Amino acid sequence: MIENVNPAMVDWARAQFALTAMYHWIFVPLTLGITWIIAFYHTIYVKTGSEEWKNLTRFWMKLFGINFAIGVATGIIMEFEFGTNWSNYSWMVGDIFGAPLAIEGIAAFFLEATFFAVMFFGWNRVSKRFHLFSTWMVAIGSNLSAVWILVANAWMQHPVGQAFNPQTARFEMHNFADVVFNPVAVSKFTHTTSASMLFAALFIISISSYYLLKGRHVKMAKRSIVVAAVIGLLASGFVGFTGDEAAYEDAQHQPMKLAAFEGLYQGKKNAGLVAFGMINSGKKVGDDQDPFHFEIRVPGILSMLANRKFGSFVPGINDLVYGNAEQGIMGAAEKIEKGRVAIAQLDAYKKATKAGDAASAQAALSLFDQNREYLGYGFLEKPEDAVPPVGLSFNAFHVMVVLGTIFPLVFLAFLYYSYRGTLAEQKWLLAGGTIMFFLGLAAHEAGWIVAEVGRQPWAIQDLLPVTVARSNLTAGTVQTTFFMFLILFTILLVAEVSIMLKQISIGPEEN
Amino acid sequence: MITEAMGKRSSRTLAVRVLEFYIDGFRRMTVGRTLWKVILIKLFIMFAVLKLFFFQDFLDARFTTDQQKADYVLEQITAPVQAQPALQQGGEL
Repeated sequence: MIENVNPAMVDWARAQFALTAMYHWIFVPLTLGITWIIAFYHTIYVKTGSEEWKNLTRFWMKLFGINFAIGVATGIIMEFEFGTNWSNYSWMVGDIFGAPLAIEGIAAFFLEATFFAVMFFGWNRVSKRFHLFSTWMVAIGSNLSAVWILVANAWMQHPVGQAFNPQTARFEMHNFADVVFNPVAVSKFTHTTSASMLFAALFIISISSYYLLKGRHVKMAKRSIVVAAVIGLLASGFVGFTGDEAAYEDAQHQPMKLAAFEGLYQGKKNAGLVAFGMINSGKKVGDDQDPFHFEIRVPGILSMLANRKFGSFVPGINDLVYGNAEQGIMGAAEKIEKGRVAIAQLDAYKKATKAGDAASAQAALSLFDQNREYLGYGFLEKPEDAVPPVGLSFNAFHVMVVLGTIFPLVFLAFLYYSYRGTLAEQKWLLAGGTIMFFLGLAAHEAGWIVAEVGRQPWAIQDLLPVTVARSNLTAGTVQTTFFMFLILFTILLVAEVSIMLKQISIGPEEN
Repeated sequence: MITEAMGKRSSRTLAVRVLEFYIDGFRRMTVGRTLWKVILIKLFIMFAVLKLFFFQDFLDARFTTDQQKADYVLEQITAPVQAQPALQQGGEL
């Protein structure tokens, strides 16, 4: 079936979605993370009554406002794309996503209409305590609204609490709690929000380092750095902990993703984690080429990450594609057969229902039920189609991990020299500090690639590949809107950067 | 009755105060004015141009009832795709 799909349309639709999501993802983590740090600054101001802390809080609040204004509603474009480019998918998941996205929309509206306004307009006009309460509510509310988007995303990675209704062609929610407390959703939320806090701390360190290098707003910059570095350091620890949880969930529910981002072709016991390596992008599944040009592995760590047990077996790409009877792993070929049975029975059910043949419909439904968990595999042409782009997944994962290891050291260095009172003299550290924002952004975007490219070919894990999730449109239609978005996003990004740079150059005194 | 009248007056006063809070807040904005312009232009482009002309909902544009949409999607996931020619945006089935 898949050979008849227009691959160019699917690729352009995926590229368009990636462009939109990665652009949206420039703004979201900063919004999620910086609200917490601003709330801490604001609390210190209310506790001390110091005008300097007030100006500092207002300055970072203004930069947050710019980021929020440019980023706001860019996520809506993704909803447009769902309806236009991914209509089969949209229809099939409507029942699952309706509730979480509606809650997100309502929560965001009330949050933005009330507490945002009080936070920005409330200086000297509402009581200090209510103003501070509003700032904290913005932090809590914006992070809570992220819950629902991540619940929806996690459901695609691990579709729990649902059953496919062959009459409506929809996945219907059977258990709301299962969807909300999906372990993948919990790990996604905690990992995303802690990583966002870390990213916001890097943003503050970058701008404050610039001020210290220029000898401007020195006191404000030093104070900003101390609070941001403490929060960033704590967040780094939490990012590591939740990242470990995310890898464990991948191993349990998306073992192919884990094998891809570790470049693990042949499964093994006591599997090592690649600390450093260059993957062979020319390698294809099933050929004899070495997966790496070179690599350095830390023995046993991947087994520990994947199964919480040293010496345990971690399946590789070959095991998952071709099966491994010794380890009880079913290969993709067998899953494809079962998936094709599910599709055939779905077709038989449809025809029997139309003909009013209740007995045949029931028999078809029964067979469909026995094979429904492999439904998506039935759309794949060959077992190798179940493998995501390994090179991209591997590189993105290792960029994320390496940067995630460097960041706590950066925070420690900033705290150490702040404690010694010699931070302003450490030009090398401040120069490095100015680029930390960009490295943080790279780590975040890499994390998105790991999560979304690593789960290919699935729109919904094991149930719906992207080639079937798409609309029946021509590639040209999607190409046109891709380039329109590219232009629109570039203009908006230039607008943000110029407004942001202007405010940074003005600094806090002008507030 | 007096209490009721006072209650109405105080709730009206609160509503007026909240309204004044917003109006005054918007009036005092500096960078915020530019940001609101960016937001409004962006929303106009998104909803009045992109959504209207380029991002019609594929199924809504072609079907009127949920059953028709369900039948179409079911057909898509069970029937060979070569029987279904790709469509231009807004094209008819």
